[in-house]
Amino acid sequence: MKRLSILTLTGVVTSLFFFGALSSCKPPKKDSGLSADAASKVYVAPGKKDEIYLFTSGGFSGQIGVYGLPSGRMLKQVPVFSQDAETGYGFSEETKPMLMTSHGFTPWDDSHHPQLSRTEGQDDGRWLFINANNTPRIARIDLGVFKTREIIELPNCGGNHASPFTTQNNEYVVGASRFSVPYDKDGDQEIASYKDKFKGTISFIKVDKETGRMGINFQLLVPGVDYDLSRAGKAASHGWVFFSCYNSEKAHTLLEVNASQRDKDFIMAVNWKKAEEYLSQGKGMKWPTNYAHNVYDEATHTATSTMMKEVTVLDVKDLPGVCYFIPCPKSPHGCDVDPTGEYICASGKLAAVIPVYSFSKIQKAIEAKNFDGDFDGVPVIKYEAALDGEVEKPGLGPLHTEFDNEGHGYTSFFVSSEIVKWDVKTKQVLDRVPTYYSIGHLCVPMGDNIKPFGKYVIALNKITKDRYLPTGPELTQSAQLYDITGEKMKLLLDFPTIGEPHYAQACPAEIITKHEVKFYKLADNKHKYAATNEKEAKVVREGNNVHVYMTSIRSHFTPDNIEGVKVGDNVYFHVTNLEQDWDVPHGFAVKGANNSELLILPGETSTLKWVPDRPGVFPMYCTDFCSALHQEMQGYVRVSPAGTNPALKFSTGE
Amino acid sequence: MMKPLKTITRILILLCGLAMIPANYVSVWQIQLEAPQYPEGLKMEIWSHKIAGDIDKINGLNHYIGMSLIKEENFPEFKIMPWMIWGFVLLGVLTAAVGKKFMLWIYTTVLVASGAWGMYDFWHWEYEYGHNLDPHAAIKIPGMAYQPPLFGWKELLNFLAGSFPDVGGYLIIVPAFLVVALLMFETFRKK
Repeated sequence: MKRLSILTLTGVVTSLFFFGALSSCKPPKKDSGLSADAASKVYVAPGKKDEIYLFTSGGFSGQIGVYGLPSGRMLKQVPVFSQDAETGYGFSEETKPMLMTSHGFTPWDDSHHPQLSRTEGQDDGRWLFINANNTPRIARIDLGVFKTREIIELPNCGGNHASPFTTQNNEYVVGASRFSVPYDKDGDQEIASYKDKFKGTISFIKVDKETGRMGINFQLLVPGVDYDLSRAGKAASHGWVFFSCYNSEKAHTLLEVNASQRDKDFIMAVNWKKAEEYLSQGKGMKWPTNYAHNVYDEATHTATSTMMKEVTVLDVKDLPGVCYFIPCPKSPHGCDVDPTGEYICASGKLAAVIPVYSFSKIQKAIEAKNFDGDFDGVPVIKYEAALDGEVEKPGLGPLHTEFDNEGHGYTSFFVSSEIVKWDVKTKQVLDRVPTYYSIGHLCVPMGDNIKPFGKYVIALNKITKDRYLPTGPELTQSAQLYDITGEKMKLLLDFPTIGEPHYAQACPAEIITKHEVKFYKLADNKHKYAATNEKEAKVVREGNNVHVYMTSIRSHFTPDNIEGVKVGDNVYFHVTNLEQDWDVPHGFAVKGANNSELLILPGETSTLKWVPDRPGVFPMYCTDFCSALHQEMQGYVRVSPAGTNPALKFSTGE
Repeated sequence: MMKPLKTITRILILLCGLAMIPANYVSVWQIQLEAPQYPEGLKMEIWSHKIAGDIDKINGLNHYIGMSLIKEENFPEFKIMPWMIWGFVLLGVLTAAVGKKFMLWIYTTVLVASGAWGMYDFWHWEYEYGHNLDPHAAIKIPGMAYQPPLFGWKELLNFLAGSFPDVGGYLIIVPAFLVVALLMFETFRKK
């Protein structure tokens, strides 16, 4: 039996050897970076306010999400490029023109990069710009009212991705084409002619200092590659804008392979002041075109859409000194300028290093003509001549970098799913922390300003997987908050976001709140159909159109009984909210409406178009719980058959 | 060499042989992949006659770095391995029945030789798979090869790859080691 024991023991030892190997050689799991006192650092007590506003793009929702930090509490969704039935944006008669393009009514887009307006390189909290990627547009949101006030379409542009980055005093917001397309002969060209005929464009949109009103000053016609991201130079490099370019292979099919072949693509440096000189010398070509410029008027509460017919185009290959290419490994995404404006770092999605270029070296290289030939007529600066240094072994899949106020860069890594902190001067990696999961962009509050605010970095993730309670095949999107005040980055919070939190900008709350508007003044209401008191309420028939000048105040509509409407009439409910106090919106809905409700803010006038399809008596009511008698805030519209001649009657309380 | 085996040895050999039967019906070897984006891990199972697990997901990821697709028809081994395992079982039963030491020698030799061939074959496949990359792959890291580990853990880009026996593997390895131990016991026992 003793021998048998030895045998058994041999077997057990053998097994243990294998099981032991299985567990013991495994490298330990990475520290999640979760701060030990995370809860106290993100806890904002009930009734207290957050320290920071975070504006995230909604990605494919086309909207913008507004959050408070450090709590991660969602405060608002601002409708921008997509219709929003909740507020009536894009459904009401006043806001429908906001979504007009040269293609007609375009009620959806893909919003990617929110960008706060600037004064002397610092966020000034007046406006937020954001690009539409699909049908190229740039929107301006007024941060006094958190509403979209202007949308300009970009003509001659395939996919506005490298946008809407601003120069340090909002001299320009830029829009560069992700997809190059042909512009000869109406653009009707063989796709295979990409190499010869396809071109990119960069639009320089001027912003009025007082009103924020946008206008395309000029477009640059640039080589046909994909323009991905951009930052304007600032401080030392003010007057320049930098763009990352991929697909220097000029592939037009299966880009995942064919646009990944060259070891280096490019950063394009654009001297916009030089371009302005050429423009003033009349070097621009006038191209006939069609693009929509949609502006919402604060006085009339009404947007108008104007179709613009011409744009000035400068062809950079004929205009020396405007554009330079700088080689950059490999399929670059982020192209970010440090707070001093001297360093430009680029993140090649497939690259093994992060190159950091020096603006002064770029200038010297240009002066010395230290070029490596040209690419489609644009000089290519020698890589080494522009390079300040490389961050070595930073991680896998670098995407985007922002900065703190102490000389550190924070770069997101999609493939290795982490944030890496590095020293801009020494190019040394200082710290890394995992993200959950697959971070895209990141955001440091004011991280692209001359004086960043710092304190946090926000990871804008592409995948959430097991981080939240599951919600079927489509899971929530998510961002994460990290503390960067210490040497080690510390995870504080996961919080869900709307759409895809593609990119975000953040700044201290007081920069935004100083522009706060609490309600619209009735006295300033210049809406054509406003009824600024109940005596002005009326119903007017003009042929098939019936205009209802309606008021709402707690808790009744005037008029609330309407007769004399016929099947097939175009009934316009112009509802003016007579309240003059903070936080008292009224809603308006009528049975059978094929569009949405209205959400009317105090002092505002909004219009819902309604085409009754059958005779009967139709209820209408207030949808936003406005008072104790909100449920009583209701009325009726009587609809008579078409072809009859009912008398027009309207009343309240009779 | 014609020395009869002890009864206890014969019983144990019989049990070793029979223990290998289920190895044909479960996974023999496993390759595990872990990455930040795959906290639940990905698993490739190698059975005696097929591959199973998250093959489609693994193939989808591997195409970025130009690895060829893992396909069942590329493994001629799957036609041989079930018969080899049945061979181990039958040989075990036969060894126990004959009860002579030379049979135990034969059995041990067959098991050890098969094991060695198996590991070499596996390593060879891994080498080919990790080195034979599509030159047009999107992600090319100079000097980087993606040969999975033969045994144990290894970091490959953002993935941690682990290679270990699965249930079926243990059902072969543990009895095989026991058979070797039994041969040593029969060789060195005093009477």
